[in-house]
Amino acid sequence: MAATTVDLPVNPRRGRGWDARRVLSAFGVGLLILVAFLEITPFVLTVANSFKCDPAVVSRPWGFIPVPPFGVDCETVEDGEIVSRLTADEQVSGLTFNPTFRGYDEVLTRTPTQDLPRWTLNSVIYSVTVTLGRLLFDSLAGYSLARLKFPGQRVVFFIILGVLMIPGVVLLIPRFLMLDQLNLLNSYFGYFAVLSADAFGILLMKQFFESIPGEIEEAAQVDGASRVVTFFRIVLPMATPALVALTIFSFQGQWNNFMDALIIVGTDPTMFNLPMGLTTLVGSGQDIQYDRVLAGSVVTTIPMAILFFAFQRYFVEGVSYSGLKG
Amino acid sequence: MAETASTAISAGAQKTITTQATARRQEALSGLAFVAPAFLILLTFMILPLLVAFYFSLTDWNGRTPLTQEGAYDFVGAENYRELLIEGRRVDDFYNALKNTIYYVFGVVPTQTAIALVLAVIVNQRWLRFRGFFRTAYYFPSITSSIVVSMIFLFLFAQTGPVNSLLNAILPGYDSVNWLANNDGVIHNFLGLFGINDDTVGAWAETEIFRIELWDWISGPSVSMLAIMILAIWTTIGTMMVVYLAALQNIPGSVYEASSIDGATAWQTFRFITVPLLRPTTFFVVTLGLIGTFQVFDQIYVLRNDTTRETTMSVAYLVYDFAFGSLSEPRMDRATATAITLFVIIFFATLIQRRVTGGDRANI
Repeated sequence: MAATTVDLPVNPRRGRGWDARRVLSAFGVGLLILVAFLEITPFVLTVANSFKCDPAVVSRPWGFIPVPPFGVDCETVEDGEIVSRLTADEQVSGLTFNPTFRGYDEVLTRTPTQDLPRWTLNSVIYSVTVTLGRLLFDSLAGYSLARLKFPGQRVVFFIILGVLMIPGVVLLIPRFLMLDQLNLLNSYFGYFAVLSADAFGILLMKQFFESIPGEIEEAAQVDGASRVVTFFRIVLPMATPALVALTIFSFQGQWNNFMDALIIVGTDPTMFNLPMGLTTLVGSGQDIQYDRVLAGSVVTTIPMAILFFAFQRYFVEGVSYSGLKG
Repeated sequence: MAETASTAISAGAQKTITTQATARRQEALSGLAFVAPAFLILLTFMILPLLVAFYFSLTDWNGRTPLTQEGAYDFVGAENYRELLIEGRRVDDFYNALKNTIYYVFGVVPTQTAIALVLAVIVNQRWLRFRGFFRTAYYFPSITSSIVVSMIFLFLFAQTGPVNSLLNAILPGYDSVNWLANNDGVIHNFLGLFGINDDTVGAWAETEIFRIELWDWISGPSVSMLAIMILAIWTTIGTMMVVYLAALQNIPGSVYEASSIDGATAWQTFRFITVPLLRPTTFFVVTLGLIGTFQVFDQIYVLRNDTTRETTMSVAYLVYDFAFGSLSEPRMDRATATAITLFVIIFFATLIQRRVTGGDRANI
């Protein structure tokens, strides 16, 4: 192999080009590592600082290695009065710190206006119901557009395509007004009704059905199975990859959905989802309580992070899938 | 005999025709039934609200007077649009928000697209190890709620937060910037280093374009807005990179072998082979970026404060601000007019972009 290379007429630039490539590779890897550092560090610091007392969070943010004693108190209380507070320098030393659970204690305390366990439950309910709705309605509609012929099909298709173009902000106010009239503000059903079908999902399913052969369904039709039976028994099981992608997009989108929650369920603290609730934990103006903010952020992110690491392949495949199909 | 046969045939044909007609009718019925639930939901909660928004943008309804009340609103034609775009109390608000949004869009979209492309090309190299690690590291922010990411940035960019303490440690003479409460334009600051400012450049800088002084246009996004732009880029490059990576893996290796045999340098291969072959993907990524950034809202909801009210105001936030910002004086008419205007802007931006990036040839 080496001999063949030597025998070839040598490109005068080749030697240098190879060196340039090595430099380029080293530079490339350096860039990857730098960006990875920039993407990961904020999360590491967020988790670490969520275990600090408020003064230490912003004045000594880089101490991220927890060392015993764990569960230190942020305040020393005697006879119901705070006699001293743990300073940043007492809690953090160099890159190490003594963790406290104070931020979590505070955000997990339930009050009429702050109820993280309830918001978590709400987030689960909103995300699961909307995802189930989309799986059913989007796949039915996608199948109909891909496989069945009916009058007005083109019009329906172009309207759905047009819906993709409508920016969410435009819909905020009219949706608020409509739900208000229908008495559906601050209700699970209101949230479900508004979001239980989406144009993107329909087009995703349509494209999937167009990409698989229709012979099996036709055979089922010849055997006299009804359309509904064919769809649920034969078509849907074949559509698993697309349904998985749709599940991930939809669940992730709703778990993180703030803007719709703000409008649909944003005026009753018992109906908040996690992102909506989180914005009320911040405190206002100059008086931001960072320990609470970060603890709340971690609690909000953990369920999604577990799903991501468990099903990572599907997350990444889902994005590539939708990206390629446009 | 022959007669019987022909009768049989025609009866058979007749039967086939009726069966076919029945089958077709059945198919049409199922087709309509299958598409109906999703279509009705979209019609009710996507199309109808758009029409409702347009309707109220032509009235003077404030949003507080109950609609059932006699004379709750009057039609005022295009008055709200005139007040917003041409002359009236809200023109300054609108063009200020538009300026901020334009800087945001044109700062974020090209940057995130370019970084995502470069990262994808490197991650796609055959010799690279720990590919999965890099992909995970870049993608993770994409699955995090925009609100959580904004909270994280609230902490990162705090006056004595991680960003400032890091910069203090590595840049001697760095004077901590209060990132989230700083209205100075970044280009203004940069030019200021060379002694160029609105006083030294001359009177032309006071010329008003769309009710904003030329110098304010030149000043660029405020430092606080820059922090929000960094947030957007930081969050999105992962998604964009994964999309690019998938497209890169669809380019056959033979293309690269051919270019290598022809003696192309790494740069030439990238410039004349990779980039043109990725054009449809670039179109997709830029379209997503445009539609997303023109609507920037969540991040501003969290990161703005009374100090930066003006310089972080986006058009999408202005819609919300008109409608719900002042509880004593909501203006649904103005809010819906702003929303419809934003819709039109995004629509044309996408059209123009289609021309520029060649999306009309990209078959998407």
